[in-house]
Amino acid sequence: MGSIKRTTLYDKHVALNAHLIDFGGFHMPLYYTTITDEHHQVRNDVGMFDVSHMGQIVLQGKDAHKFANYVLSANIQVTDKIQYALLLNDDGGIIDDLMVYPFSENQILLVVNASNIEKDVNHLNLYKKDYQVDVRNLSDAFNCLAIQGPRSFEILSTIFDTLPKHSSDYIFSTDERGPLLISRSGYTGEDGFEIYAHAQFTQTLWDKLYQAGVTPIGLGARDTLRFEAGMPLYGQEMDETINPFEAGLSFAVDLNKHDFIGKTSSQFNKDNLLRKSVGFELLEKNIARTGYEVYKDGVKIGYVTTGYLTPTTKKGLGFALIDVKYAKLETKIAIKIRNKFVQALVRNKRFIQKNNKV
Amino acid sequence: MNKNDMLYVDTHEWVHIEGNKAKVGISSYAAMTLGDIVFFDLPKVGDTFKKGDVFAAVESVKSASDLYMPLSGKIIAVNEQLVDTPELVNEDPFNNFIVEIEFTNEDETKGLLSVDAYEATL
Repeated sequence: MGSIKRTTLYDKHVALNAHLIDFGGFHMPLYYTTITDEHHQVRNDVGMFDVSHMGQIVLQGKDAHKFANYVLSANIQVTDKIQYALLLNDDGGIIDDLMVYPFSENQILLVVNASNIEKDVNHLNLYKKDYQVDVRNLSDAFNCLAIQGPRSFEILSTIFDTLPKHSSDYIFSTDERGPLLISRSGYTGEDGFEIYAHAQFTQTLWDKLYQAGVTPIGLGARDTLRFEAGMPLYGQEMDETINPFEAGLSFAVDLNKHDFIGKTSSQFNKDNLLRKSVGFELLEKNIARTGYEVYKDGVKIGYVTTGYLTPTTKKGLGFALIDVKYAKLETKIAIKIRNKFVQALVRNKRFIQKNNKV
Repeated sequence: MNKNDMLYVDTHEWVHIEGNKAKVGISSYAAMTLGDIVFFDLPKVGDTFKKGDVFAAVESVKSASDLYMPLSGKIIAVNEQLVDTPELVNEDPFNNFIVEIEFTNEDETKGLLSVDAYEATL
């Protein structure tokens, strides 16, 4: 293990007085001003995130597409739309969740969580022996800016002639400045774009956006934003002992596929679950934090995986992994907060209802 | 009131003593370190605690921190304003108390720190 890495925008974060933390092995901004202000900025207007810590792994070779379908849970099709998928282990547990950019039959890009890059590369290499495919870790060569919020299209259209028109569309191009990948996607529940490029391009783009008045946003607000939008985070809602059905991610699994890693595991059964990831709302003002225990009638039934008093809803909300018997909407449960039990109701994980799709 | 009007414990609570009663808050250092405060989990009037017991919690968006009783005693008032506007403590930590207590052991006040002694611990 080496020292903590810096992204190509590190000096800019320092110059902006960002509060930096170690996240996934990188010095990353947690916030520049306050998490609450930055959260509202993205929900109501536009903001930009340095997400260069995310990993880029390219599957390259004759069997790239076939291999992607063998190692990923979703049915990957070569299109101009990105797809969400899971890497599973032999038991059906989640190794990572990722975005797939299916460029062609022989070239597929996976964008993975920073803390899982090495693990994912090793896993892919372990399973590739029957396939003509190279697993290339290009994480150090690529940087990513996420521009998110209702005004993201308006702002970016002053800089780019062509932008992806619809949610999940991507456009890949190359010119003298290097490769440029833009997708209409994000992790905030808002309309937005993710822009991958080499260092120089990324730094120039950051400066242009900053001069245009776009507010830098830290990872603190990224987490509250994704949470309100009902999106899971690896390491909290998912890990190697949790399967996609427990995590509520069956939409990312295609059981009609001929074969994929994890599919034939005995635990991989969506009709016979023991636990389920649910959303909940506290019935009095408080905050249920990650790891707090969940109870029903005095018996422990699970634990909180993420919880906040969220800036937009101003309610104490959470995700919890609990005994499936209590996973029905409107079920009364209790969260143990310090020395007391706070009542809560199971509810839909999408805490904000906003139509951000275009 | 400002920082010079207070006595402290090294867990970052301030104490302002009037007779056998004391108001308790958190230092400007603590408020600044926590970031934007979004919630106080407050005790009830009438609750009693020993010196060093957790009597409340202060929470920012990301984290929760326990608050420790600086002197043994009974809660005689809580600052109800903090229920809806916890950020007041960020804005002015020394003029927004968290609880008022009636302390039971005068001797314990001798262990409180002066502002200089407290700041030396930071």
